[in-house]
Amino acid sequence: MPLLEVSNLIVRYGAIEALHGVSLSVEQGQIATLIGCNGAGKSTTLRAVSGLLKPAKGSIRFDGKEITGVAPHEIVRLGVAHSPEGRGVFPQMTVDENLDLGAFARPRSEKDQIRKDREKSLDLFPRLRERLKQLAGTLSGGEQQMLAMARALLARPRLLLLDEPSLGLAPQVVQTIFQIIRDINAAGTTILLVEQNAHMALKVAHHGYVLETGRIAMSDSARVLEASDEVRKAYLGIG
Amino acid sequence: MNGRAWKNMASSDANLLSLITASRPGAAPTLLRSALPVVVIVALAVMAQVVLKGLLGGYYADLAITIGVNIVLAVSLTIVNGFTGQFSMGHAGFLAVGGYVSGAVTYYFSLTQWGSAAAAGGRLSGMPLSTEGLAWLGAGDVLFPVALLIGGLVSALLGLAVGLPSLRLRGDYLAIVTLGFGEIIRVVIQQSGPALKTPEAAEQAGVLGMATGLGGALGFGGLPKYTSLFWVVLFAGLTMLVAYRIKTSTSGRAMLSVREDEIAAEAMGVNTTRTKVWAFVIAAFFAGIAGGLYAHKLGVALGPVDAGFQRSFDIIIMVVLGGLGSISGAALAAVVVTMLPEYLRAVADYRMIIFALALILMMILRPKGLLGVREVWDADLWRGLFRRGKSAKGGGK
Ligand SMILES: Nc1ncnc2c1ncn2[C@@H]1O[C@H](COP(=O)(O)OP(=O)(O)OP(=O)(O)O)[C@@H](O)[C@H]1O
Ligand SMILES: [Mg+2]
Repeated sequence: MPLLEVSNLIVRYGAIEALHGVSLSVEQGQIATLIGCNGAGKSTTLRAVSGLLKPAKGSIRFDGKEITGVAPHEIVRLGVAHSPEGRGVFPQMTVDENLDLGAFARPRSEKDQIRKDREKSLDLFPRLRERLKQLAGTLSGGEQQMLAMARALLARPRLLLLDEPSLGLAPQVVQTIFQIIRDINAAGTTILLVEQNAHMALKVAHHGYVLETGRIAMSDSARVLEASDEVRKAYLGIG
Repeated sequence: MNGRAWKNMASSDANLLSLITASRPGAAPTLLRSALPVVVIVALAVMAQVVLKGLLGGYYADLAITIGVNIVLAVSLTIVNGFTGQFSMGHAGFLAVGGYVSGAVTYYFSLTQWGSAAAAGGRLSGMPLSTEGLAWLGAGDVLFPVALLIGGLVSALLGLAVGLPSLRLRGDYLAIVTLGFGEIIRVVIQQSGPALKTPEAAEQAGVLGMATGLGGALGFGGLPKYTSLFWVVLFAGLTMLVAYRIKTSTSGRAMLSVREDEIAAEAMGVNTTRTKVWAFVIAAFFAGIAGGLYAHKLGVALGPVDAGFQRSFDIIIMVVLGGLGSISGAALAAVVVTMLPEYLRAVADYRMIIFALALILMMILRPKGLLGVREVWDADLWRGLFRRGKSAKGGGK
């Protein structure tokens, strides 16, 4: 049974339908990636999974449990963390305070574990450790992205939703971020990764979906997608 | 309401134990640490009553009481408008509710039990004792805090009724709803009947008659004047303490996160509706207490205007000047905004204009208010002031 199973998802913004029946699934322990053009509906899909948007129709099952329509603050407690597009850090709070909020949903009895997880996150992103007292809004774009990921990890999610973690980052930093995504996954966290950078995304992912204007156009193993002509033309800019 | 907190409290004896034992070796026991500020506040309140009153003399002692009441109002509104970033425009509505409810309690209780609505005496109010009270205390020393508490609780309940539907929604609904709330309270009070003057009339009218005999448009005269420096310093101190405890707690962090980015907060697992409603209810409670203190202050004739927008606006000014989130900033602003008109009697008619100008100036010079979300005792505030000088870095979003 897949950890996340989305079927026939329809999401509307007012009168505009952004998703016209999206189905996808993410296997336990794997990385799945969702690629597609601007406005295809990738972020919308993630927002629906984490409960920030209520779907008009369709179902979302996490770990076999129906979570469609469940409030986002409860979905976090079930083990789904969302690192949103545009990072969504709290700009007037310090890095430290942002990280605290990452663990907000966890019970106080996990205090010691939270402290350990925090150390682990800071080991993954040593730049953050040097800037614990800095206001998050004054971090560079890349640092904010790191903070958003570190903060999402502190929820100790079983499923991590990453929305364009490489957006606007320098090539070397992109390499680092993708290495960290691999590490996080290797440590046991299942990941649904949304990316513009299809090349890198398909390299780290096990499975890939191509989203075109609110519909899944292709679904295959990442290797196969990477080699397919359509994907190479449309998303990898080759051929 | 806070299910998790209740569960935590109920489930583990270890938690209870850690309240009385030190959580870290070498640290003071939690209970001591949390009781100490309360003890200090009580001591300060006693000193204010015993020493300060004499030093200040009648006029300034009176002014100090007004300042204290305004501190309670400004700091409580800071919890909503500052911490959670919502915009309540009807804080005076809660002030009036607390004032009228506690006033009805002291007035009619005294009238029916002791045959006169006049103050039954109270040491903590600095009055001679005319009626037997508890032990060393006078009757008023017991009646007054009970009445204040009832006023605060009724106010908090109304806060729940107003906040629950309007805080579910994002945006400016709260501003509109609270504005309407204040006006409704004002009109309702205006429609109330005359206050009953004799014990017999009160007996005859029954509870309902007493609850609706609040003086109408003429105001609720004849309330016993219990409010003293002791009570005001006590509640101003307690309000600031509670606000500070909230600000530095996990739920306070949650409130600030709601203010910064409601959607991101929700994604962190913060129940944003519950957080906002809690803040609103707590603020309404303390506004109700402030109302009780105000109603029982010498020289005050509690009236429908006290629920009106003008009054709410004054409190908003204090919170905005103080920095929308700074407890000490709101308290400082309460002092300044209360004292200025006293010294600028000549221009008292133009105070709205002066405040509006002050607000505009503030928006230009220090867009985040006097202190922003920081407190006077935060080291980085001072470091920031000296290092950055007049630069607007770290300004609003
Ligand atoms: N809040 C909103 N209100 C109305 N329409 C919206 C809203 N958010 C997104 N949309 C629309 O829904 C569609 C899908 O948007 P979405 O943000 O999911 O795209 P995306 O695939 O994440 O794009 P990008 O790669 O640019 O981030 C777009 O046409 C967009 O204009
Ligand atoms: Mg997007």
